[in-house]
Amino acid sequence: MAAYLVFVARRFGQLVLVVFLGISATFFITHMTPVDPVAESISAITNFGKSDPEAIELMRKTLTELYGLQGNVFEQYVSFWSRLIRGDLGPSLSAFPTPVSQIIFRALPWTVGLMISATLISFTIGNTLGALAGYYRKSRLLKIISLGLIGLQPIPYYILAFILLILFGFVWPVLPITGGYEMNADLTLSFTLVLDIIRHSILPAMALVLVGAGSWLTGMRALTSNIVTEDYVTFAELGGVGSTRILRSYVVRNAIVPQLTGLAMSLGAIFNGTVITEIVFGYPGIGTLLIDAVHAGDYSLVLGLASLSIIGVAIAVFLIDILSPLLDPRIKAE
Amino acid sequence: MFTIIRDLIRYNIEFAIGLLILLLLIAAVILSFFSPYPASEIYVVPPDLPPDAEFWLGTTSRGQDTFWQLMIGLRNTFGFGVAVAFLSRILSLVVGLSAGYAGGRVDRILMAINDSIMVIPQFPILVLFYFVLKDDMNWLMLVLILSALGWSYDARLIRSIAMSLRTRPFTTQSVYSGMSMRKILVEEHLPYVMPIVFATTMNNMIWSIGMEITLSVLGFTDVDTPTMGQMIYWANSHSALISGIWWWVAAPVAAIVILFIGLFLLSMSMNEYIDPRSRLNRMGN
Repeated sequence: MAAYLVFVARRFGQLVLVVFLGISATFFITHMTPVDPVAESISAITNFGKSDPEAIELMRKTLTELYGLQGNVFEQYVSFWSRLIRGDLGPSLSAFPTPVSQIIFRALPWTVGLMISATLISFTIGNTLGALAGYYRKSRLLKIISLGLIGLQPIPYYILAFILLILFGFVWPVLPITGGYEMNADLTLSFTLVLDIIRHSILPAMALVLVGAGSWLTGMRALTSNIVTEDYVTFAELGGVGSTRILRSYVVRNAIVPQLTGLAMSLGAIFNGTVITEIVFGYPGIGTLLIDAVHAGDYSLVLGLASLSIIGVAIAVFLIDILSPLLDPRIKAE
Repeated sequence: MFTIIRDLIRYNIEFAIGLLILLLLIAAVILSFFSPYPASEIYVVPPDLPPDAEFWLGTTSRGQDTFWQLMIGLRNTFGFGVAVAFLSRILSLVVGLSAGYAGGRVDRILMAINDSIMVIPQFPILVLFYFVLKDDMNWLMLVLILSALGWSYDARLIRSIAMSLRTRPFTTQSVYSGMSMRKILVEEHLPYVMPIVFATTMNNMIWSIGMEITLSVLGFTDVDTPTMGQMIYWANSHSALISGIWWWVAAPVAAIVILFIGLFLLSMSMNEYIDPRSRLNRMGN
């Protein structure tokens, strides 16, 4: 147990280091941009007519202070960290003065909801099919399904989502192809709203599931076909245990452990896949937010989103690392 | 080398199909040099013509011949994948081999860098680079950035092999006979990891080309170098689907799907070839 605690502490130290380095790198990269947000805002205001130069100078000073841009890059860096630790990401520059954290938390439920449901669906489908394909190795139908799903895997996310969009938006227009809900929908919680949200999430979720299921399937099939040849399975077969029961309680039980680790990992990788899907389907999550922020030159929002995703991924990897020795006693905590 | 390929074609239908697609791709690359139109000039042919005998894949709304655009796009996209794969292989070999061989502090430092790169969310970082570089984000820049992001996973793989190679007697003997570390790594250890390097090359290309396509479709790269993603970007920005110019979208999408399936089949069959158990299994059938 003591060894395990040392391991957790060391891993935690690494987590802090990775988050620190990642966010620092992001900070300096964003601050290298040639875009000057203060000048942008002032030109947006002065476009409408001539202003008094003194008023402009005053405005420049006020905005610099509000945006947290006073002092040199190093001073800004220190104040950025002191604010970040208190959970304050500063005001958004394109939707000033709304705080970045508020904008992000408005978009986050969409991404998280879509992501979690799509991941769980593809996990279930992929693993069920994988276990069946590994157990009934002669079945032609399962072979064809596996081949189809595995073949979809290498195709870039964007292209697959785009093909779905063409199929269900133009060739056979049955599903809404853009947005998270009907335009001008009444956003109070009601049955119609829930139905509407589900209808809008079908296509983006389908894209994620089709890409994700293949890798679960390959993993599960390999694990299952290894376990099927174990002595205790042969023994159970000879003892007359039904094949459904063997598959469920003897085979899948053992094969699922590494797959669960993978599940945690893919939930952590929330920011990679969904970003692209959201953009294709105009889904109102953080992916769309990121792209809009880039186009608007809003670097405090970009920085906030990037920091959040670095923290998210690093914590997920950390949790997997510290949990895997507990889930599987064969993995040694080192 | 030749016998290996012959055996693979004979016993491994996936490899044969993958190789065929790769050869078609190389043919397209060669063909692209004979394009009658300059790559980025627009309005050289009548716009919006459907596929016919003269324009095999029709023409675009920008007055370009879709077929020749596709060939040039394939060349740039494939060249991109090869360039990223080449650079990132060198990085992963240097880091993996030296970390595995040197061990100790060198290993810990290299692996700390390696792990940090592994957890960086790649897509947001790429968007961030575009955000900073804007117009300087050209083909070469993207190659460099993706190479810098794409080596970490394979470096870990190579390191694990190098660690076991270090304990083998021939390494000890090389050290005693006075070979330098560089010489041991290049002459003794490199040949052992080459098969893995080849297999990861395909995966790396799938990843980097996928990223490039996604970024260019979104308009986050230099829009004047024709690549597969660029074609879709321009088609989208002219609403090609809504105005019924489906061939402009269908051609690059189909080409991308075929290209990826080809690369994937090659990587799958090479992985299988490296694992002797599955190779014997297949030949036994």
